[in-house]
Amino acid sequence: MIDNISWVVAYPEILLLIMACVIALVDLGVKTPMRGTTYALSLLTLGALAILLAMYARTGQTVSGFGGMVVTDPMGNWLKCFATLAMMATLVYGRAYAASRDMMRGGELFILSLFSLLGIYVMISGHNFLVIYLGLEMLTLSSYALVALRRDDSRAIEAAMKYFVLGALASGFLLYGMSMLYGATGSLDVSKVMQVISEGSHNKQVLMLGVVFIVAGLAFKLGAVPFHMWIPDIYHGAPTVVTLLVGGAPKLAAFAIVMRLLVEGLLPLAADWQQMMAVLAVGSLVVGNLAAIAQTNLKRMLAFSTISQMGFLLLAFVSGTSAGDHSNATNAYSGGMFYAITYVLTTLCTFGVIMVLSRDGFESEDIQDLAGLNQRSPALAGIMAICMFSLAGIPPLVGFYAKLSVLQGMLASGSGAMVQLAVFAVLMSLIGAFYYLRVVKVMYFDAPVQTAAIEAPADARILLSVNGLMILVLGLVPGGLMALCADAIAGMVR
Amino acid sequence: MGLLSLAIWVPILFGAVLLALGRDDQAGVVRWIALIGAVVSLLITVPLYTGFVVDSAAMQFVENMLWIERFNVRYHLGVDGISLWLIPLTAFITVVVVISAWEVITERVNQYMGAFLILSGLMIGVFSALDGMLFYVFFEATLIPMYLIIGIWGGPNKIYAAFKFFLYTLMGSLLMLVALVYLYNAAGGSFDILTWHKLPLTASAQTLLFFAFFAAFAVKVPMWPVHTWLPDVHVEAPTGGSAVLAAIMLKLGAYGFLRFSMPITPDASHRWALFVITLSLVPELYVGLVAMVQKDMKKLVAYSSVAHMGFVTLGFFLFNDLGVSGAIVQMIAHGFVSAAMFLCIGVLYDRMHSRQIADYGGVVNTMPKFAAFALLFVMANCGLPGTAGFVGEWMVILAAVKVNFWIGALAASALIFGAAYSLWMFKRVYLGAPGNDHVKELVDINSREFLMLSLLAIAVLVMGVYPKPFTDVMNASVAQLLQHVAVSKLP
Repeated sequence: MIDNISWVVAYPEILLLIMACVIALVDLGVKTPMRGTTYALSLLTLGALAILLAMYARTGQTVSGFGGMVVTDPMGNWLKCFATLAMMATLVYGRAYAASRDMMRGGELFILSLFSLLGIYVMISGHNFLVIYLGLEMLTLSSYALVALRRDDSRAIEAAMKYFVLGALASGFLLYGMSMLYGATGSLDVSKVMQVISEGSHNKQVLMLGVVFIVAGLAFKLGAVPFHMWIPDIYHGAPTVVTLLVGGAPKLAAFAIVMRLLVEGLLPLAADWQQMMAVLAVGSLVVGNLAAIAQTNLKRMLAFSTISQMGFLLLAFVSGTSAGDHSNATNAYSGGMFYAITYVLTTLCTFGVIMVLSRDGFESEDIQDLAGLNQRSPALAGIMAICMFSLAGIPPLVGFYAKLSVLQGMLASGSGAMVQLAVFAVLMSLIGAFYYLRVVKVMYFDAPVQTAAIEAPADARILLSVNGLMILVLGLVPGGLMALCADAIAGMVR
Repeated sequence: MGLLSLAIWVPILFGAVLLALGRDDQAGVVRWIALIGAVVSLLITVPLYTGFVVDSAAMQFVENMLWIERFNVRYHLGVDGISLWLIPLTAFITVVVVISAWEVITERVNQYMGAFLILSGLMIGVFSALDGMLFYVFFEATLIPMYLIIGIWGGPNKIYAAFKFFLYTLMGSLLMLVALVYLYNAAGGSFDILTWHKLPLTASAQTLLFFAFFAAFAVKVPMWPVHTWLPDVHVEAPTGGSAVLAAIMLKLGAYGFLRFSMPITPDASHRWALFVITLSLVPELYVGLVAMVQKDMKKLVAYSSVAHMGFVTLGFFLFNDLGVSGAIVQMIAHGFVSAAMFLCIGVLYDRMHSRQIADYGGVVNTMPKFAAFALLFVMANCGLPGTAGFVGEWMVILAAVKVNFWIGALAASALIFGAAYSLWMFKRVYLGAPGNDHVKELVDINSREFLMLSLLAIAVLVMGVYPKPFTDVMNASVAQLLQHVAVSKLP
């Protein structure tokens, strides 16, 4: 039935699956409250996977396996590699936080994280609508459970319920769209769908309806307006470590499925979905930036900031092609990939600081809790300031180059509408600068309210410094990562 | 590593070391390291002047290497006669600011000194960048240290001032960012400023680009009517912050006009010259009047900065040799004079903790040495011949008369306002009998303050008496710029 299996394509997924099961079994025998063995094994697995994936990616080869249902290409491998690293960082930042909140009675945090990572892998590798859907479900089902991990915390349970209901609705959208596509083209294979659409032998109306539902489903997963309602509640309600699990690495997978479904599968219909993306982007930029101003809760503010950042990311998908001319595609989409990677890097650091500042029974989630941080710990305040300036897009931090890449992609298309959209986007980021600056203001200009000593394990502190430094260093020499993204995308669009 | 790279990165490196150095219990060490860093950075800039080939309009001390391959962004540095003096000026003011903060700043000394040193390196980067993206990175990065300087060490309303400063200037420069990316695409994938100078552009594109650049630079200069951030920020900023802001940061905008607006969009610049000239003349007259009624000394000097910078933009858009050279001289002179004015206010503020003119009177009785310095700087601020303030303004007025008598007459009458508000302030603060008991108890300046003020006094006098070293280096570059601007770039 399935010819051309090519197991090698799925080695990382297989390794991750086996190790997740092994760690689940080993964890049964772990009795220590900090679950050192489980933690070490998880990090070891992730480290090995990251190296393996980087090696895959460096070969630069595109190989498809399982009869074309999965594909391994440089974009996928790099995204998987960075998602793995993001997961490692999340676990390092979150272990002490989780332990002090009764979330480590069992090893679920680690095992569910590994399974959600497996879902991310499958989403990124999938080259078949159903496989992508399976990966998505794997990720989201693990995430639902993770959000509810603090089972005696009513806010977390409420967040989990909301997440589940809305997430299931989004999955329904996506699945419905896929079934329409199947009806219109007679295939679930991404390349075959592309081929059928290019030949023009399809049912146009059904196809368009399918595209609308697919874009809606994707917008849900990315958290773009008007499908953003779940984001603030989940970010706010979930324990911070889980917020990071939901808001970090999965963004890379979301970017990947947009690439797989829209660019690899539906590029001939770009004129249609580009318009939808533009509307989503404008909505997200407006709502995200304006609503963030009003927030006093740091996690909620970051949730709205995420919405606006995703809006900016979507702008990368607005200008790739025009009238069948794909010459700007690499340019535009590689900007998007760079944006997604650097956004995750900055988000990890931001939530890392929040978790390091939290203690037993104290969440450090209000903006005011950061007051006078510069006097308590200049290093942590410096790291957080770097994150905020980077998110605001101020050079020489990496967030600036992310915005620059996306803007360049838009303006390179040469259309007047894109110039207007670019001006709109930069003016929105001016509004954005206000609330990021407010966090810096609280840290540097206000007097401290909290006086307790900051206790954080050494591993989290060291990683946090490295993470903060990377945002600065990548800002000074962004060329390598930019070239990596450009090379990865160049092979995909033909 | 080239000289310009050293001039940029040595102060930044010293700043980073200071930030890492930590606590206030080592404040003494921190101060000395900061001073050594500032002096070394100043010494590095000396060979820039001594090694500069005067008759050449070409870029000198060029460093050019690939920085970001993906967008062909180059680490391209160089100076010509236009930017040459701004670099030593920046390093010099940093030395003065470090001295001025010596005993005054006692909290988080390492962050204060570190911020100023990093800021100094970044501003030198702006003046020497020949790549549009490199320029933008330096230009924007200066906002971060200045925001923190105002917000941490500023006055009672510092938070409002810090936000106003950051957001106001960011708004302008974001539009410039779009313009830069547009030019990058129009030039076929190059951020090189010198390539952009040769790039043909249609009239409508030039107009849009001109106003995008105008938004960034006019806010920074600041030109009327987008000058309103400056008085608020100056009043709240610490003394050193005000000095650097007035002396150097305003020049970033003025320099941008010469490096971007005029050569890249010459046709639009000619077309909108009268518009810019009007916006320059208004502050010279109107803002002069506004300055006269200020009760706060810092606000008065801030408004006087707006008026003086009006001469700079006026000189640029007259499009003749004398005007542009005069404007550049005025930029440098205003750097010395405005820094000196703010530091004088700082000296008084450290003793009395008030900037209100009404709280003073008769300071000369208790602080004679200081009053002598203050008189010199006030005279320079009015543009008295023999001081730095005279040379540039006189050149610009001559140039204006050449172009149109009435523009010249209006510009010249601005000098009267300048003399009026400066001298009236001097009279109210320094002359007469001591105004109150606090003034009677004032102690004259100590040797540190004497050193700081005499450094500036020497600069002001030398530049006023013998401006040749300043004007000589810029002749070739200004001539070439004007030649370039005179040729239409329409395709």
